[in-house]
Amino acid sequence: MAPVVSTRLSASDHYTAWKARWGINRMGFSIAPGLYAIGAPTPASPVLVSANYILSFDALRSSCVGIDAWILVLDTKGVNVWCAAGKGAFGTEELITRICEAKLDQVVAHHKVIVPQLGAPGVAAHIVRRRTGFSVVYGPVRSRDIPVFLSKNMHADPHMRRVHFTLYDRLALVPMEITGAMSYFLLVAALFFILSGVHVWGYSAQMALVKGKYQLLMLANAFVCGAILGPLLLPFLPGRALSLKGFVLGLASAAGPVPYLYRAGLFGAVESVAWILMVPAASSFMLMNFTGATPYTSLSGVKKEMKYALPVQIGCAGAGVLLWLAARCI
Amino acid sequence: MAGCPMYLKNVTTLTYDRERCSGCGMCATVCPHGVFSIQEKRAVAGERDACMECGACMVNCPESAIFVKAGVGCAAAVITVMLG
Ligand code: SF4
Ligand code: SF4
Repeated sequence: MAPVVSTRLSASDHYTAWKARWGINRMGFSIAPGLYAIGAPTPASPVLVSANYILSFDALRSSCVGIDAWILVLDTKGVNVWCAAGKGAFGTEELITRICEAKLDQVVAHHKVIVPQLGAPGVAAHIVRRRTGFSVVYGPVRSRDIPVFLSKNMHADPHMRRVHFTLYDRLALVPMEITGAMSYFLLVAALFFILSGVHVWGYSAQMALVKGKYQLLMLANAFVCGAILGPLLLPFLPGRALSLKGFVLGLASAAGPVPYLYRAGLFGAVESVAWILMVPAASSFMLMNFTGATPYTSLSGVKKEMKYALPVQIGCAGAGVLLWLAARCI
Repeated sequence: MAGCPMYLKNVTTLTYDRERCSGCGMCATVCPHGVFSIQEKRAVAGERDACMECGACMVNCPESAIFVKAGVGCAAAVITVMLG
């Protein structure tokens, strides 16, 4: 008998989702692969295929309120459908194995499995059919569209087949961007803070305390651009390459405070130029890395933008650091 | 906003051989960016710049009419490979 699971998410399910979003304990989010039941499925009920990443599974079951269905969970090593399909873990062989292991032909009378559309890069529908007799019907991109998809006799409207990248989607990625970059940020911030006490006569902790906070302000500026504002404002930033978008954003965010700090006598001229170079470089690099989280950037495109962006980023950051250090010594 | 922002122009490795196509419609079904559509019983590759090279169309084309150098567009992964 397949274990029956609820379509209602409990408080602890929501807590797990929250932890997953922030990247806490990322490895511990898998569930046992195999066949599950929601509601009271019969041999005529649909079979929905999922990954064994808990958020994929929870999104699916919570979308199926009032529906009787089977859920066939593949072993994707706790990785979501989309990422696992790209790596082949959510794939033809795994699906065939699970169909056979669950003896699906004895569980259901029809010969159809509904695979999430985003699993298609890993699954060759015609091969699954040839080897198991089960035909693969691609379901909608978002599991919340499943009830409509099922009610329309397994037909997905065109908008259900398209990937979107809404403000909400991007907002959901921000926590991961923050946790991902935080350790680097803290390390760099500590270095800059300590080094801001260096001057021609030696070292002054007093000066580090006074000057250090403005250095931290500029670093925080770059961090907020790269990890928060960049992802949120993505479609509205100029250019198509993410590195360009990040550079422009970083430049804009440095163009405000740097002249102000310069006029207030808190930054010297050389130090000001250093920050005008470093903030855009850092923001550009961080947003370029956001390509890994977007659902529309191609490998060829990423390689192309990196060819141009990396030298600029390294050049600006390198020159900026040298100028910044030079500014301590004059 | 509909769909996604547009990424770089003229970079996709996607190629499609109309002669082999049987018009089964699988490519139009699986593409998350609506690149393929079926017109007059054959697939047509429309907005190729929207292609993210996920490979879904190629993998699911029973006639092997589509080729794309599939990969994941992730700068961090490219850097990791570069650093060895
Ligand atoms: S590779 Fe992916 S994005 Fe490109 S055309 Fe094929 S299915 Fe669409
Ligand atoms: S999947 Fe292949 S055969 Fe089917 S319509 Fe597309 S190109 Fe033609």
